Amino acid sequence: MRFEEPLELASGARLGSYELRYETYGTLNEARDNAVLVCHALNASHHVAGRYAGENDEVGWWDNMVGPGRPVDTRRFFVIGVNNLGSCFGSTGPMSINPQSGRPYGASFPVVTVEDWVDAQVRLADRLGIARFAAVMGGSLGAMQALSWTIRYPERIAHCVAIAIAPRLSAQNIAFNDVARAAIRSDPDFHGGDYYSKGVVPKAGLRVARMIGHITYLSDDVMAEKFGRSLRTKDYAFGYGVEFEVESYLRHQGDKFSEYFDANTYLLITRALDYFDPARETGGDLVQALAPARARFLLVSFTTDWRFAPARTREIVEALVVNGRDVAYAAIDAPHGHDAFLLDDPRYHRLVTAYFENIARELAR
Amino acid sequence: MTAVAQPVPATASAAPAAAAHPPALRDDLRQIAAWIADGARVLDLGCGDGTLMAYLRDSRHAKVYGVEIADDSVLQCVRQGLSVIQADLESGLRMFPDRMFDTVVLSQTLQAMHETEAVLREMARVGRQGIVSFPNFGHWRHLMSLLGGRMPVSPQMPYQWYDTPNVHLCTPKDFEILAARLGLAITARARLANGQPVNVLPSLRCKLAVYRFEPR
Repeated sequence: MRFEEPLELASGARLGSYELRYETYGTLNEARDNAVLVCHALNASHHVAGRYAGENDEVGWWDNMVGPGRPVDTRRFFVIGVNNLGSCFGSTGPMSINPQSGRPYGASFPVVTVEDWVDAQVRLADRLGIARFAAVMGGSLGAMQALSWTIRYPERIAHCVAIAIAPRLSAQNIAFNDVARAAIRSDPDFHGGDYYSKGVVPKAGLRVARMIGHITYLSDDVMAEKFGRSLRTKDYAFGYGVEFEVESYLRHQGDKFSEYFDANTYLLITRALDYFDPARETGGDLVQALAPARARFLLVSFTTDWRFAPARTREIVEALVVNGRDVAYAAIDAPHGHDAFLLDDPRYHRLVTAYFENIARELAR
Repeated sequence: MTAVAQPVPATASAAPAAAAHPPALRDDLRQIAAWIADGARVLDLGCGDGTLMAYLRDSRHAKVYGVEIADDSVLQCVRQGLSVIQADLESGLRMFPDRMFDTVVLSQTLQAMHETEAVLREMARVGRQGIVSFPNFGHWRHLMSLLGGRMPVSPQMPYQWYDTPNVHLCTPKDFEILAARLGLAITARARLANGQPVNVLPSLRCKLAVYRFEPR
C-alpha cells in the first residue's frame, strides 16, 4: 500500500512517500474489532503464515502461531502482517528507488526506529479502517514494536502480546550488533552502502553478520546437543576449513541468509534495535515510560534465552505491575534460547492459545 | 455456605460483606478473603490455579496479582484472565517496590518455604499487611500419630515424610513467636477446623491457622 503523506522520523528526517507491504489472514468482523497486528523481528517479513497459492515458497515465518486452529486462530481473528520500513521484502527501504534521485536509496536511506515503524503501522491501520487492535503481538524486536504501541497509541491496542522481549538492549547486545555491522561495512563489496549500482552484494560481510547473530539466538545447551564437538571430517585436518559440525551449520545459515537479505537493511534493523529504549525519555524510569499504557499484557520469556534473558522481561513486568496494568507473564523452561519464540513448544503455545481464547471471548461479549 | 469465620474482630476496615454467591472456597481462603477490603490491591504468593484471585477479583473488585512457579497453574490463571507472574516466591517478591500492595497473601505455602524469615520480612515490606495460612503441626491427630511412632499424614498435610514439600512445619504459637521476633504485629488470627473457628484448645484442635499481620 502506497502512502503519500510524509512520515516524520525520530531522526528528524522525513520520508516523503513510501510503500508498506502487508498481508492479511482471516476476516475483519463487522465491528472491526478482531484485528491482530503481527510485528516482525530482524529478518522476517509481512509473510507471517501459510504458503502462497500455487507456489512452493517458504511457509510464513510464524505459521505455527498464526492460522486456522493455531494459537492465533484466523477463523476468529483478522491477522495483519506488515513488512517494516527499511526492510527488504517489498516495503520502502534502502533497495527502493529514491524518487528524488531516481537511484536506489542505499546509504542515504534514513535510519528508522521502532517508534517510526509503529507510526507507519498506525497509518496502515487507519487505511484498513482499524481503530483499535484486539492485539498487537511480536517476538524479540517484534515484541518491542508491540510494547511501543501501548505507549504511543494506548487507545488503539487492547492487548499486547510480547514474546522474548527486553526493555532495551544491553551493552553486550549492542556489542554483538556492532560486530555484525562491522563485518558488513568492512566487506569490500559494501561500497559504503551504495553497492546496488556496482552490481555486487557484500555477501561475505552479511554472512558473518548472520553467523554472529545466529550464535546469540541459540543456547549453549542446544548447540551442545545439536552439534557438540562432532566433526564433519574423519579426524582433525589441521587446517582452517570447515571441520566441526557447528561451523558447517553456521556457514550454511550465513550462506542462505546472504542470498536473500539486504546488507543495508541488516545495518538499519540492528540499529533500530540498539536505539530502542522507551525509558530514555523518562530518565531511565521504565515505570514512568509505561505509564501511558492501557493495554492488557501477555509476556513470555524463555529460560535459556541469554540474548533477552527472563530477567530483562521481568523489568517490564515489574513496571507494568507498578502501573497497575493487567499482566500475565510466563517464563517457559525451553532449551532453545532466543529462537524459542519461533518454535512450537507446547507450554508456550497453550499459553498463547488460552490468552487469545480470552480475547475472543471478550469480543463475543 | 456463607458463614465466614471471623474470630478476631480486628480492624473494621477489612470487614467483609459476605458475597452474594461465593464460590466454594477452601476454608483458609474464605478466611483470607474475609480480611481483604473491597477494591484492595492484592498480591497472592503461590497463587496456584488462581481460585482466590478469581474470587477476589469477581466478588471484591480487588486488583490482584499472583506469583506462581508451576506451568500448569500459570496456564490455569491465564485461562481465567488473571494477572499472574511466573516466578519463584523469593525472587517474585524482590521485584516489587515497598508498600506496593494493600495485602500480600501466602496461603498454605509458608511451611514449604526455605527462607521463611526472609519471605515474611519481604511480605511486610511489599504489602501494608500480610496474611499467611498454614496447617497446624500440633493438631492432636498429628500428635497421636507421633505417639504411634509415625510422622503425621493428614488432609491438610497429605505427604509422606520422604516426599513432602513441607520443610518448615509449625504450630500457631511457633508462628506468633517468630512474628514477634521479626517485628510483625498480628492484627487478626483465625484457627480453623472444618471451616469453623476453634476457640477451645485451639493449639490442639485447629487444623489450619490464618494470621494477618503488619509491620510494627
